[in-house]
Amino acid sequence: MGKSRDSIAYFQAAPLMAVLLAFLVVPIGMIFVVSFWGATEFSIYPAFQLDNYAFLFSSPVTYKVFFATFKYAFITWVFTLSIGFTVAYFLAFHVRSQSMQTALFLLCTIPFLTSNIIRMISWIPFLGRNGIANQTLISWGVIDEPLEWLLYSDFSVILAFVHLYTLFMVVPIFNTMMRIDKSLVEAAYDNGASGLQTLWHVIVPLTKPGIMIGTIFVVTLVMGDFITVRFMSGSQKANVGRLISNDIALLQYPSAAATAVVLLCTVLIVIGVLLRFVNIRKEL
Amino acid sequence: MSKMRYSRRAVLKGGAAAVAASTLPAPMVWAQEIKNITLRQFGTGVSNLNDVATKVKEDLGFTLEMTALDSDSVTQRAATQPDSFDIADIEYWICKKVWPTGNLQAMDTSKITNYDKIAGTFRSGKLTPESVVAQGTAPHTVGFVDGPGSKTFADTESGWMTLIPTIYNADTLGIRPDLIGRPIESWTELLNPEFKGKASILDISSIGIMDMAMVCEAMGEIQYGDKGNMTKEEIDKTFVIFTEAKQNGQFRAFWKSFDESVNLMASGEVVIQSMWSPAITAVKSRGIPCVYQPLKEGYRSWGGGLGLSSSLSGLELEAAYEYINWYLSGWVGGYLMRQGYYSAVPETSKEFMSDNEWGYWFEGKPATDIITSPTGDELAKAGDVRDGGSFTERMGAVACWNSVMDENQYMVRKWNEFIAA
Repeated sequence: MGKSRDSIAYFQAAPLMAVLLAFLVVPIGMIFVVSFWGATEFSIYPAFQLDNYAFLFSSPVTYKVFFATFKYAFITWVFTLSIGFTVAYFLAFHVRSQSMQTALFLLCTIPFLTSNIIRMISWIPFLGRNGIANQTLISWGVIDEPLEWLLYSDFSVILAFVHLYTLFMVVPIFNTMMRIDKSLVEAAYDNGASGLQTLWHVIVPLTKPGIMIGTIFVVTLVMGDFITVRFMSGSQKANVGRLISNDIALLQYPSAAATAVVLLCTVLIVIGVLLRFVNIRKEL
Repeated sequence: MSKMRYSRRAVLKGGAAAVAASTLPAPMVWAQEIKNITLRQFGTGVSNLNDVATKVKEDLGFTLEMTALDSDSVTQRAATQPDSFDIADIEYWICKKVWPTGNLQAMDTSKITNYDKIAGTFRSGKLTPESVVAQGTAPHTVGFVDGPGSKTFADTESGWMTLIPTIYNADTLGIRPDLIGRPIESWTELLNPEFKGKASILDISSIGIMDMAMVCEAMGEIQYGDKGNMTKEEIDKTFVIFTEAKQNGQFRAFWKSFDESVNLMASGEVVIQSMWSPAITAVKSRGIPCVYQPLKEGYRSWGGGLGLSSSLSGLELEAAYEYINWYLSGWVGGYLMRQGYYSAVPETSKEFMSDNEWGYWFEGKPATDIITSPTGDELAKAGDVRDGGSFTERMGAVACWNSVMDENQYMVRKWNEFIAA
């Protein structure tokens, strides 16, 4: 009896497993295998050599670029979290009517109906030397000379990241907050907790799974990105994604694969560490 | 990559036109036989023109299918998928990479009608008898092999050609004369602190390194043995100079696509940068002054040609020769020259251009009337002179050809460092 129920369960899980196997496990396996291959100018050949990794770990560029990637991820995380948390908090606790909540929430998602790339590129004329931002500031008399660092800088890269990914923070945090039993907040007030104390000791701990899911989204998206960094820095800054895309453009697939494997491991380690803090299964 | 200007839609439109044309009756018996033939050509957007496919159908009767890709993909496809194409439209430096794979077959020059009229640059390497051969992958150095099946390049005109040259040009720096307000004469100006935060170079390593080398040499900082084939030491020195400039904020941005270079220049973010000829035209067509500035150290040049897949044979091979002979017979040349490129057999193109056009584009004379592009956009007014002057002045002042170095992998790694610096 038990055995046949088991096999039915396996059978039911089989389609999903087949899909994941074909489209996730096999490609990643291929990348792993290719990362040990060799490359010439125009072709790659099967081999088992550690050259790609040896070069990767011996090059100071790798460390620099990984550091830059973490830097982008961390700063973006700080901003998306503070903005995302504030927005979600406002939606969940300050907006009383449910229809208003839904309406405002949908409002947040409207910009996300356009393409990522378009939202990113539309910053370029805005922030440019003769762009709207500089012209406005000059006409207000705030500055005399156009600000050069507005565009093609770390500032513009992070601005674009925050703009692109804040929603990924808002959604899970809002979702968790909506499940918080309102009587807990009332109980805190009744026991004399101030607003800040309630926020810190009641709401934040209960929102942790949502924060964690949002964090995972943002961190993985930022760490895997290459196009935002390329466009918003005017190709002047690099992150790991750009390293990989440069290699691919030059037909150096094995070296790109090796970098990808290292990046994948790094991201998995980061997520592993994050999951030690919070049990997100509670949320699912 | 240079020249990925033709959208997929445009390619489809061309395909549709070719299909429409194929329903028309072909006039000759030979054409009856040949009209079922389809030749598949792929290459960079620059010469993969739908008008060419339409005209081929009209003049020769067979169908030419075109695929436009960026040069990295072109290289890859030519090297790895020989059965996916009949004709490869590639640049000479790509040929150097791809020829050793044996995916292309040598062409018998005795079957090329206009072979004798092909510009000297592609045959002896000398445009005029006095010319000095430029550095880099000069087309004639990879233009010939000893015979069919040979995988090494020949030094002389052996009668077996790897690529039939089709299109080439001399590249230099583009400037905004209105924002600079003084004459620019040397490549050194790219790193002039006067243009701090207003300069740009292209982020395509194989071409960017050449522009860098032109600058370093002009500054007198480095004497290269061969800019097209640098030693590791030369590569290191070049990057030291440019990394310092980058860290001092010399560059506003680096560009990778044609449109980016146009936008940087048109918006005034950048006033001096490496640029391609059609990009200058695009900036000008917005009513913004932009000059393709000739510089005293010379040009960085590039050239492309048609190569035949090694799997071509029989009637298809005949058709391919027919196509190449047609290509050199003038119509395409005229079309390309009216875009500011040069044709490999300039004299046949003359018949397909007006005296005014020939004078402006080729001879460097002031235009006697409005000059328009093949698509009808106005490019110059009466009295205007082409930047850089005549064909011999421009192509005679080539300092270096686009190339691929022996130390390419090392250079690419250094390029990555430079971007991350």
